[in-house]
Amino acid sequence: MSRPLLDIRDLTLGFKGWTGFTEVLHGISLNIQQGERVALVGESGSGKSVTARIVLGMLQSLRSARIGGTVEFDGRDLAQMSRTERQRLRGTRISMIFQDPTSSLNPVYRIGTQFHEVLKREVPNFSYQDAMGRAAEILREVSIVDAERILSSYPFQLSGGMNQRVMIAMALANEPDLLLADEPGTALDVTVQAQTLDLMRGLVEQHNTAVLFISHNLGVVREFADRVYVIYKGRIVEHGPTTALFDNPRHPYTRALMMAVPRLTGGGVPDISDDASAFSAPLVDHLAGESSA
Amino acid sequence: MKRTISILIANPLSLLGVVLVATVVLSALFADFIAPFPEHRGAVVDFANFNKAPEWPYIMGTDLVGRDIFSRILYAYRISLILGVVVLAIAVPIGVTVGLVAGYFGGWTEYVLMRITDIFLSIPPLVLAMSIMGVLEPTLANGMLAVTVMWWPWYTRLVYNITRSEREEGYVLAAEVIGASPLHVIFREILPNCVPAVVTKMTLDLGFVILIASSLSFLGLGVQPPTPDLGSMVADGAKYLPDSWWLTVFPGLAILVAVFGFNLIGDALRDILGADQ
Amino acid sequence: MMPIARLLSKRLGTSLLVLFGVSMLIFAIARIIPGDPARIALGPNATTEQVAALRAALHLDDPVWIQYGYFLGDLLRGDLGVSLYTNRPVTTDIAQFLPATLELVFVAGFMMVAIGLPLGILSARYRGGIADNMVRIVSLLGVSAPSFVWAVILMLIFAFYLPLFPVAGRISDSYSIQAVTGFLLVDTLIAGNFRAFGNAAWHIVLPAFALALSGIGQATRLTRANMVETYERPYIEMARSYGFPGKRIANRYAFKPSLIPSLTIIGLDFAAMLGNAFLVEAIFAWPGLSRYGVAVILRKDLNAIVGTVLIISATFLIVNIIVDLLIAFINPRIRLSQRSS
Repeated sequence: MSRPLLDIRDLTLGFKGWTGFTEVLHGISLNIQQGERVALVGESGSGKSVTARIVLGMLQSLRSARIGGTVEFDGRDLAQMSRTERQRLRGTRISMIFQDPTSSLNPVYRIGTQFHEVLKREVPNFSYQDAMGRAAEILREVSIVDAERILSSYPFQLSGGMNQRVMIAMALANEPDLLLADEPGTALDVTVQAQTLDLMRGLVEQHNTAVLFISHNLGVVREFADRVYVIYKGRIVEHGPTTALFDNPRHPYTRALMMAVPRLTGGGVPDISDDASAFSAPLVDHLAGESSA
Repeated sequence: MKRTISILIANPLSLLGVVLVATVVLSALFADFIAPFPEHRGAVVDFANFNKAPEWPYIMGTDLVGRDIFSRILYAYRISLILGVVVLAIAVPIGVTVGLVAGYFGGWTEYVLMRITDIFLSIPPLVLAMSIMGVLEPTLANGMLAVTVMWWPWYTRLVYNITRSEREEGYVLAAEVIGASPLHVIFREILPNCVPAVVTKMTLDLGFVILIASSLSFLGLGVQPPTPDLGSMVADGAKYLPDSWWLTVFPGLAILVAVFGFNLIGDALRDILGADQ
Repeated sequence: MMPIARLLSKRLGTSLLVLFGVSMLIFAIARIIPGDPARIALGPNATTEQVAALRAALHLDDPVWIQYGYFLGDLLRGDLGVSLYTNRPVTTDIAQFLPATLELVFVAGFMMVAIGLPLGILSARYRGGIADNMVRIVSLLGVSAPSFVWAVILMLIFAFYLPLFPVAGRISDSYSIQAVTGFLLVDTLIAGNFRAFGNAAWHIVLPAFALALSGIGQATRLTRANMVETYERPYIEMARSYGFPGKRIANRYAFKPSLIPSLTIIGLDFAAMLGNAFLVEAIFAWPGLSRYGVAVILRKDLNAIVGTVLIISATFLIVNIIVDLLIAFINPRIRLSQRSS
């Protein structure tokens, strides 16, 4: 197998606070190939969002954060890079999509202006006129036809779904190699969420963008990802190709997670054992023995 | 309460505030024992020692009739603090009640009360107090009245804003659903939620009342001689700058120290109690 | 810009209503004067007939609401009555003294914004750091003393100890400038006399700075507080995720949304300056409204007191309308919404 685009090995993260040291990640390993869609699934507080922020290099500058292990992007260790080098990757080669599109766009600037800013990350002297042309082009890819109206609007004038498309278009505007999607669209209506995810999948397939898809929603993950990592309390507990993992969940936590999803076909709320001790069972890797990195 | 105090003391800046305020309050309380020349609070004349630069025993110098400036500052603190406490003791209940009523009942009550508040707020504070002082005799009681009249609307505004947002909260609706009277809802349900913000503002305001009162007396519209007052001491001394600098600098710094102390504590309280604005 | 026009007309309406209320309030305050204003004005040597005549002329024998009616009628014709102190129309007096005060206040207001906002941005950007703590202490000191104390301290240091600035006045006596607007900084430019402009600017620095100091402190603290809150918003995290430099995030992404809540208070601070100007003018012998205002108050000169307060309040209301329009301009939610909030 070729060198992965993103290779996280034995990553640990802790915060030094008033009350002492709290470890949030206890050594997780995860990799993404070029153009691959990988999901990181877990409940809130399991450490999935901080993982994305470490990949972006946003926690490294935090004074209270202690990071161990290695994170390699395209063969280069993030820890070896300077702050400016990490910053240069953001918005150009790695970009991110956030949970709530409307509050993630700046309320006092027009969408067009915000697009212009993003495009200038890649090409510093991008003119406003050209930027609007390029923005309209990308917006068309997320099925926005009246790009001109959207670009001259403020976020509060648009629906959540529309803002979500804008955010996806913005994230892909500079043709990044890796897209981090942190619970995209969780704040939206389910139908709108499904629509925009569909658009996003089409887009990343077309541009061959690798995605780290962070979610607690197993249904969405199943539709979107090639490979799944399940994270529980800062540890990866199960890993495998989407179909294998869904057909045959072997870790007790994964099984509980899947049972917890209410079925449309009825059957009531499932019983989940109050005893969580089994969730700390060791990692189950469906690809173990194969040549997974 | 215990927690609040321990946090106040843990932070060096708020600790400084506590020390400054304690110094000011204690020196006002025990002025009779600390002041080297307690009789200089009144109309004493000592022409042998007039206009002296700081030297022992006059550590802050003497004024134009030979009175010890340090002693006079201690007694001036006493009057400033009394004024601050009295003003807030009257202005806060009035302002808070009007704010609660306007915020809770809404409609015409709100419109009328808040427009009246606006009228008071649209005259620069000092100008309003000045014009009130202008028509009254310049006495301590009238000074308190003037400052009180300009002060209450600020509490109305603060409490009105809180009430308006709390009014929609679940616990208020729940109380109304079970048939609680407006009086009960206003004073037992909503008022407690205003307390942190009001207490914080009161701490800051103790300093600012002292500041405004000194400004009034600086303009000759406050406490009259021979009562010692920081503002009028600065005003009287300003004509003799720069040579007799001690006449103005020490009373001026005395104001700064007191107000700064209250501000440091108020700031820390705002962080601790999480009060907005 | 329909919503802006609607906002403007609504604010103008409310302001007129408030100004009407202010006139009633001030009129009421002025009428509770103990003693006979006519007697006070004419002095102890006036005859009873003279006093009676003046009382009649001032309508002092009529009930209060009738007096207010006369006053309002005159006010609508732009007549604030005659000052009993200068024996001139109050409007003439105010027209003579107000420009100097306004000039001082405007320069101080400019300093407040030009110094306070950048300091607040700096403080918020490096929150928790040394620069932040320094700025916090200095800004708190700034608000902790009345402007006359700052005036004394600044004068001692920068006019006497280090004679960098003049001690008093608006401009050196050697210049005679034709008054057009009454603002020396404007009139000198109209006259094309740049040396005089420099001289006037040199004179205004210290008094304006003394007046501005507490406003600077307030603006700094406010900007910092609002920006620290803005830094917690998702859109700042998104900007960071796009790798924008910290300076750009501070000056562009975090500052503009934070400015909206700050502006209202900055407008109020500007109002406070209109009052505090009295204190600074007294120290720097600035020929503004202060001496006149204090003199008429001490002499219980009714018309002049009412007129002065009304003019100051009107100025303040105008400033507030401008601030509201500025907010509407910055905040697209207000500018574009169909319902004005």
